[in-house]
Amino acid sequence: MEEILLNKPGEKIILLGNEAIVRGALESGVNFVSTYPGTPASEIGNIFWKIWEKAGVYFEFSTNEKVALEAGIGASFSGLKTLVAMKNFGLNVCLDSLIPFVYTGVRGPTVIIVADDPSCHSSAQSEENSRPIAFLAHIPVIEPSDPQECKDFTKFAFQISEKFKIPVIIRTTTRVAHQKMSVILGKIQNPRLRQGSDRQAKSKIQKSEFVKNPKQFVTLPPRVLEMKKELLEKIKVIKKFSENSPLNQVGGDPFSAKLGIITSGISYLYVMEALKELNLNLPVLKLGFFYPLAEKKIQNFIKNFKKVLIVEELEPYLEKEVERLTREVNCKLKVIGKELLPEVGELKPEQVILAVAKFANKKLKIKNLLEIRNSKLEIPRRLPRLCPGCPYWLVISAVKKAVDVKKVIFGGEIGCYMLFGNPPINLQDYLSCMGSSVGIAHGIKKSTGQKIISFVGDSSFFHAGIPALINTVFNKSNPLIIILNNQTTAMTGFQPHPGAPAIPDGIKIEEIVKACGVKNLKVIDPINQEEFTQTVKEFLGKNEVSVIVARRICALLAQKRK
Amino acid sequence: MKKNNHEFNIVISGTGGQGLITLLQIISEAAFIEDYDVKTSELHGLSQRGGSVEVHIRFGQKIYSPLILQGKADLILGLEMQETLKGAYYANQKTKFLVNKHIIPIPLAKPLTETETLRSLKKISKNIILVSAGEICQEKLGTNVVAGIYLISLAVFKKLIPLKSESILKAIKKIIPAKYLELNLKAFNLASDSEALK
Repeated sequence: MEEILLNKPGEKIILLGNEAIVRGALESGVNFVSTYPGTPASEIGNIFWKIWEKAGVYFEFSTNEKVALEAGIGASFSGLKTLVAMKNFGLNVCLDSLIPFVYTGVRGPTVIIVADDPSCHSSAQSEENSRPIAFLAHIPVIEPSDPQECKDFTKFAFQISEKFKIPVIIRTTTRVAHQKMSVILGKIQNPRLRQGSDRQAKSKIQKSEFVKNPKQFVTLPPRVLEMKKELLEKIKVIKKFSENSPLNQVGGDPFSAKLGIITSGISYLYVMEALKELNLNLPVLKLGFFYPLAEKKIQNFIKNFKKVLIVEELEPYLEKEVERLTREVNCKLKVIGKELLPEVGELKPEQVILAVAKFANKKLKIKNLLEIRNSKLEIPRRLPRLCPGCPYWLVISAVKKAVDVKKVIFGGEIGCYMLFGNPPINLQDYLSCMGSSVGIAHGIKKSTGQKIISFVGDSSFFHAGIPALINTVFNKSNPLIIILNNQTTAMTGFQPHPGAPAIPDGIKIEEIVKACGVKNLKVIDPINQEEFTQTVKEFLGKNEVSVIVARRICALLAQKRK
Repeated sequence: MKKNNHEFNIVISGTGGQGLITLLQIISEAAFIEDYDVKTSELHGLSQRGGSVEVHIRFGQKIYSPLILQGKADLILGLEMQETLKGAYYANQKTKFLVNKHIIPIPLAKPLTETETLRSLKKISKNIILVSAGEICQEKLGTNVVAGIYLISLAVFKKLIPLKSESILKAIKKIIPAKYLELNLKAFNLASDSEALK
């Protein structure tokens, strides 16, 4: 891990995509980093958590992505070089703060990492493609393909942000963020990098000054409309910059060829692999800038083609843009994309090679030996499950003893406990986003007379559960909320949250619950099965909202601490 | 290393918690030491909680994709037999298999026996080496946690991976934390001894 601080420009080390982003930020001289953990972006925070003191960088795990971004906005307004990292759903959470931030623009250059997870390897709730945030917020979005680009694009993003005074999003996907390769190191720019004691290091973190400038930072009408105008002008300038940017690269000769490929991100690597395997030499336009799009460059690339293949994961945003751009330069051009490639699930290299072969009229068959020779033996799916010794098993067992599960509705949420939806547990009747189990429980309670138990993790409770709890009190409904207090953000890699007792001077969840006006409240270690079971029975009969804080440390965390 | 396209593709199949990412780190570091271009792909988070895990390691002159094309694996390292069978998605007739003789039952599913799984694997490839890596490590070292290290070391000594054993040794020393290093080196040496005995 400490290898990431190796200050030997020119040397190569193997880095994960997310590690390369951290390195890129360090080489850019980042001062301020905030995040809320979420796979596939989690390692960015984990690494800063380990190295921030040595690197002389301020770092925090914020309570949610909106707060993380707001902290970053404050740092940027104060002139610091800022990095904020999150997974795709975090972008939804922070959207309210993001859009005005693009209007105000940055003072300290600011880069926001957004990691999508096509195929939902580590995500419930939806298979989200974050790209159209660019259209919604008018924010530049760039897409690296591999760890070397993760590092280079991060540095580049800081430069764009500094030059145009605008925040920049780097969008990665699982196969980019969790890809490893050897990366050429540059110089770590932060002069505060030092070996001294922690106390010394802490005092060396950059301090700055907020300089009042309401014209830039206050988005009050009528100024806000002027700001929008200025933003659109800014985007026009960045578009020109994007046209000549080395982030968009043409390979091969598009002027003598009849066929060509446009692609970006991880898909580019599959395209290159396919061309190599098929021994084909087609021109390829690799777009590093998703927004603003280098439209002239694209039009120049496609103007002599008969057909162009767009290789992109998930929804065809790029394909639609290219279709629009053909009208002016090559209206007979056939734009092919989703007719050969899936819109659901991540791309696999074999899907891309088949699409490229078909596009270029090359015959190709891929044999699946499993299907040909082995069709009789069904290999069952191995679903993820709660760890042996997980305290949640105790909660499940007490709940199952206390109620007839057919007669109670169970609200699920994001965290290890979303596995309550898998057999043999089967305690999940709905599952949506973080904080939602309580909010939805309230709506069901108001709409029916049915009994409901809403599970919410401690980190989720801090993240987005508290407003929903207050709503049950204010608008008077009576779900039973079980806060699973395992004292960590376990699923994403044991990051801390603000709660006591994991943080000795941390916030006591039961104090918050009390302060919200909840009368039926108990903190129980679920090892006390009898008490837990009786309390579930008792609380389910109450006319007001009830809360059980199920307090027992995550078994893996307990083991780590030994 | 295959001469025609100068690349070598390894799939490691297993379940979350079997240490696949560490094995990936060691092999890719060893390939890097030998100046190959290296690309790997791994999964974190939800997929690690005891579910199926499959990681890819590719090295050669120039590697683009971190994922192996279907049918293009040169070696499939199986830490669990049923998972190895899933990994066979990447196999062709020439693919070699080095498999830990070990079954972790899948909860609530009809249990597959070693014989059944092996029979299916044999339909796919003639190049299957089955090793009781877990049992051997348990017997000789008193623990099976290093079964994976034993298996990749064995793969190198059997020349199933075209890398030098010294490179793997260097990589183990670099990747494994100091407090576990001795045990891991024992697993490496155990693989060396068992290959030498043949």
